[in-house]
Amino acid sequence: MSRRSLAASTAALAVVALSALSACTSTAPPPGGAAGGGPVQVRASDTACEVSVTEAPAGNVSFSVQNTGTKVTEFYLLGTGDRILGEVENIGPGLTRQLIVEVPQGGQYTTACKPGMVGDGIRGPFTVTGDVPGSAEGDALLAGAVSGYKRYTTSQVEALVTRTQEFVDAVERGDVEGAKQLYPVARTYWERIEPVAESFGDLDPRIDGRDDGEPGVEFTGYHRLERDLWVTGLQPDSTAMADRLMADIRELQARTAGIELTPLQLANGAKELLDEVATGKITGEEDRYSHTDLWDFRANVDGSQAAVAALRPVIDQRDPALGPVLDQRFRDIDVLLEGYRQGDGFVLYTALTEQDKQRMTQAVDALGEPVSQVAAVISA
Amino acid sequence: MTRAGMRGISRRRLLGWTGAGAALAGAGAVAGFAAGESAEAPVDPSGGVVPFRGVHQAGIVTPAQDRLHFVALDLTTTDRAAVISLLKRWTTAAERMTAGAEAAPGGAVQRNPEAPPSDTGEALGLPAAALTITFGIGGSLLDKLGIPRPPELADLPPFQGDQLDPALSGGDLCLQACANDPQVAVHAVRNLIRTGFGTTTVRWSQLGFGRTSSTSTTQQTHRNLFGFKDGTNNLKAEDTALLDEHVWVPPAQGPAWLAGGTYLVARRIRMHVETWDRTSLAEQESLTGRTKGEGAPIGQAREFDLPDLGPGSPIGADAHIRLASAQNNGGARILRRGYNFVDGSDGFGHLDAGLFFVAFMRDPHRQFVPMQSQLARQDKMMEYIEHTGSAVFAVPPGLGDGAYWGRTVLEG
Repeated sequence: MSRRSLAASTAALAVVALSALSACTSTAPPPGGAAGGGPVQVRASDTACEVSVTEAPAGNVSFSVQNTGTKVTEFYLLGTGDRILGEVENIGPGLTRQLIVEVPQGGQYTTACKPGMVGDGIRGPFTVTGDVPGSAEGDALLAGAVSGYKRYTTSQVEALVTRTQEFVDAVERGDVEGAKQLYPVARTYWERIEPVAESFGDLDPRIDGRDDGEPGVEFTGYHRLERDLWVTGLQPDSTAMADRLMADIRELQARTAGIELTPLQLANGAKELLDEVATGKITGEEDRYSHTDLWDFRANVDGSQAAVAALRPVIDQRDPALGPVLDQRFRDIDVLLEGYRQGDGFVLYTALTEQDKQRMTQAVDALGEPVSQVAAVISA
Repeated sequence: MTRAGMRGISRRRLLGWTGAGAALAGAGAVAGFAAGESAEAPVDPSGGVVPFRGVHQAGIVTPAQDRLHFVALDLTTTDRAAVISLLKRWTTAAERMTAGAEAAPGGAVQRNPEAPPSDTGEALGLPAAALTITFGIGGSLLDKLGIPRPPELADLPPFQGDQLDPALSGGDLCLQACANDPQVAVHAVRNLIRTGFGTTTVRWSQLGFGRTSSTSTTQQTHRNLFGFKDGTNNLKAEDTALLDEHVWVPPAQGPAWLAGGTYLVARRIRMHVETWDRTSLAEQESLTGRTKGEGAPIGQAREFDLPDLGPGSPIGADAHIRLASAQNNGGARILRRGYNFVDGSDGFGHLDAGLFFVAFMRDPHRQFVPMQSQLARQDKMMEYIEHTGSAVFAVPPGLGDGAYWGRTVLEG
């Protein structure tokens, strides 16, 4: 969490975005998959991502994703700059989930399964033919950006609820080791959408506050349980704290459902997530007891990239030079971070050398400058 | 240049400034080429504009300004096109800022309010303050880009007593910003660092105050933190023949891209001022070889009197001025342009203070190295100082119209 009351402005600035949103859905053809009808079948194993058809007409494209592997997986349809057009998170082994993706513009897209929810995933090309009329106009692109990011937020919050429940259950069972494993995983979904979560000024300190020793401020939320798990051992009130955290996360979910976002908030959110990395994660302040800061770092960058990618069609239309720079810098940081992978997670912050931290700072500085230009480009 | 001259191009008026810079720079360049090496005429020390373009880079024989912000940077890429793109953007921004303008037109407050300002703003309303920005290239940059290093740019050898901190040494590139207002110098460096994100990263940076050397006969000799006049016997802008002999790289020396340029040696010298201050005046003067008040060589009356270094001289064999003298170093001389620094305190109750030594010369290995190895081995003053940072850079010649920093080396 940031000490600044970050986007407390989110709610205030919120303007119901763009009537084009509804227009898009109403003019789109009914959900269909491949030309032959029926959803595109995806078989996602631990090592493969088999897609039954790799071409579909513009409009709504349906996918049916079956996890045939042993790891929890995710499925994405991605555009340029890894813009997420649609995704299903948290598909357990053996489960099948449905996904309908709105793809108004023809072009080259990418399908990706992420077994273990790690890295770039197993990718394949996917072609969309034709265009939904009017879909390339500026307002439609901005509306698409907002609705796309909103979808992303919704899916992240769903996963946040599920994984936090697992974490809370482990705490309440007294399963310290299990809870420790789940702590950075649950937080990943929180950190990806942190600016949105922080826009609820009262929830943020309850969920993600740190113990700064300030008199009269109760220490609750993830970091309170983090301290109990890693430092003090579970306390008499740990269960109550876990229940409160779960209630707060559910409240977050309820409030997020009604949130209105503007394109500018997406852009500023992308920048704020990188600010979070620079001031909280590289310094090891965020997870001071567990030292799982790199999970949060990864998640902040993911969230920043998702917001920038949602805006990508607008960026490409207005400043064609910016997109490739953003791609390169996000790639650079991916390469860097993946170097610190350990299994499905990361090395602990305490294992980082000064030189590691220097490299990370440099990569975030290099990315932060072009990301800070996005707001200007989309509001020009 | 007078206040009137400055008024036409103050930052205050240059909000939204565009075309004027080109005209101004053009004029500077023409004057520079026409007047040859005396191009860098004395300027109003309080706020004048020093021409950015000319035969040599500004900030070398330019009368030393009062303040310094020096930064060494490393490349984060080996993509030559990315480096060229940065150097072009740097040159444009640097030329604007030395003219007293923002880093980019309307940069601080007059662009899209949703965008971060492209100028950081802390120099709004301030005059140019004689800002110069001098650009240098480290040997490591040439290595990274596969360009041969001139032999003069070989790394310095270790010297006795060195306590070099790698975090305060070396660098692929350097920018030396000097101005008569510290805020103006910091503003320049900060904006150039920001422009470099993604291509360069800061390796180390040093602030300096109270120039310790005069580089013009029009300037009085300032004092270092030992309280002594420093740089009395320095090369001066007016000594054009000596500058040609000791400072500017002649075409025959090579490489071609450095003809008319020079080499910069930077040493961060920590001075243990607390122990020095407990040393008797007689001892201080004997170690230095000069009187503290006048700055005259021991045995002479006036500062600029020539020291007597012959047999029977009252100046000790291990006195600083003897060891550093041209006579003692095969006639080698250097152009010094250092600054005092106090970087807070050291956590042990002492000031982290000293001299940021900057000197320009044709060949560090023929001029600086022999001098420094003498000093390191024999200078009694070494008991009171230690060298904590070190770097060498090639400083290319000045820029003609339309040229950008490093073009001749990067585009061959």
